[in-house]
Amino acid sequence: MTPEAVYFNRRTFIRAGILAASAVATGVAYRQLNPVGHGKVDTPVIPGLVKPTTTEAANGFRVDEPETSFQDITHYNNFYEFSTDKEGVAPAAAGFDTKGWQVSVEGLVNKPKVFALDDLLKISPPEERIYRMRCVEAWSMVIPWAGFSLSKLLDVVEPLSSAKYVAFQTLLDPKRMPGQRSDVLDWPYVEGLRMDEAMHPLAILASGLYGRALPPQDGAPIRLVVPWKYGFKGIKSIVKIKLVETQPRTTWSEYAPDEYGFYANVNPHVDHPRWSQATEQRIGEFGRRPTLMFNGYEDEVGHLYAGMDLRKYF
Amino acid sequence: MKESDIRFIKLLILVNGLVPLALLVWDQSHNRLGANPQNFLILTTGMMTLIFLILTMAVTPLRKIAGLNWLIQFRRMLGLYAFFYGCLHFLCFFSLDRAFSVSSTLTEMLKRKYLILGSTALIVMIPLAITSTNGMIKRLGGKRWRVLHRLAYVAAIAGVIHYYMQVKADTRQPLVFAAVLAVLLGYRLMVYLKQRKPPAPTPAVKPEAVI
Repeated sequence: MTPEAVYFNRRTFIRAGILAASAVATGVAYRQLNPVGHGKVDTPVIPGLVKPTTTEAANGFRVDEPETSFQDITHYNNFYEFSTDKEGVAPAAAGFDTKGWQVSVEGLVNKPKVFALDDLLKISPPEERIYRMRCVEAWSMVIPWAGFSLSKLLDVVEPLSSAKYVAFQTLLDPKRMPGQRSDVLDWPYVEGLRMDEAMHPLAILASGLYGRALPPQDGAPIRLVVPWKYGFKGIKSIVKIKLVETQPRTTWSEYAPDEYGFYANVNPHVDHPRWSQATEQRIGEFGRRPTLMFNGYEDEVGHLYAGMDLRKYF
Repeated sequence: MKESDIRFIKLLILVNGLVPLALLVWDQSHNRLGANPQNFLILTTGMMTLIFLILTMAVTPLRKIAGLNWLIQFRRMLGLYAFFYGCLHFLCFFSLDRAFSVSSTLTEMLKRKYLILGSTALIVMIPLAITSTNGMIKRLGGKRWRVLHRLAYVAAIAGVIHYYMQVKADTRQPLVFAAVLAVLLGYRLMVYLKQRKPPAPTPAVKPEAVI
């Protein structure tokens, strides 16, 4: 017969083992659901990046606030074509192949053209633009983009006077963009700008950030950046730009018309129906910042909306 | 089940319930909560609240269906964990999202539907936590205590809708919670309907005869 003391010792030992094993199992399960890890992003350096002049910098080309880290800009993305999980976009987009990329510029223009990406990028030398980026979800970043004003491309194709809006479209390819296999949004993603917005120098076509080519998770190879509007207006991985006469449909405003408007100008006074837009979490900072009218670009773009009811046209 | 086994299982629940919190604190102190740690802390503590609410509500069906009567011994702990993580969730919102501003916390909580629901869920858990002791069960009496603790259903339903409402487009995760909750509530509804049905009376007189 086993002596009592030994029996209890053995039982205590087994129990300690069960306790430890269960805690490890719970920890592993938690880790599976909340993975950590710093992925590496390595895209080619963009040669000949032009820095903004002092005047340009003062006109909104360079915001004087600390830049968000490259790691965060490339690992916290809203890009539902790859994943609805912001931290899951980077791994899902790794290896996205943009070889042979073309952008068709068409519609109400004198000179419609299908651009090979390289030809499109030759329209104007890449400029560094350090912009605030305010997501409709009430977080924000400061991103050093590389790109040039959309107006320079539009000048090349010569818009007709009947062109009142510009419509943009993302690539539709569920094989390369796995998120498009779910019907969470109506694919392909489409966006649009009014002509005067599109011609504003702050609206850019970006092909890089931090002096390097755009990583897939940030909209490779070419995307729109409109710094005074919520981030979802900055359509990514563009394949088509069409000049049109009437206001084009846009993905989020069709998904929830009462929550996302066509204009989507950053506005701390007009709340999202479900949450406040008065403050924002700047990524990399502890506390929250007050959100600025037109994301701090009011001096530059305010005149575009003079006399408009921004509660109605949100 | 032996008293020492019950105590051991309680220890298991206590330790395992703290594992997610320990990892949250660990990751936070090593700067590994991702780009938006504030949001991650709020979201994860909210998830833990829902998970423990669901676990609490799974006890009774499991007991009855699988005959695991001893499970009831652990329900209080699971419920208290739900309340614990719910309080952390609120504290994260209050400190990280509202910067310790009582007025802005209150304004937001009254203004946003999803926050009204979330607050409702947390507030109804308060009396449940207070009356969770053996002494309180005795003072209230089993029947009244059970009626009061049906508020747990309110907390779970409000909590799941609260989660669903603040998701932007991909509602798959809140829908999973909703589906599990529907099963757990559906079981209770079935039991209730079964008990309510009176035994079929045998008519003494044919209805026609009355006329």
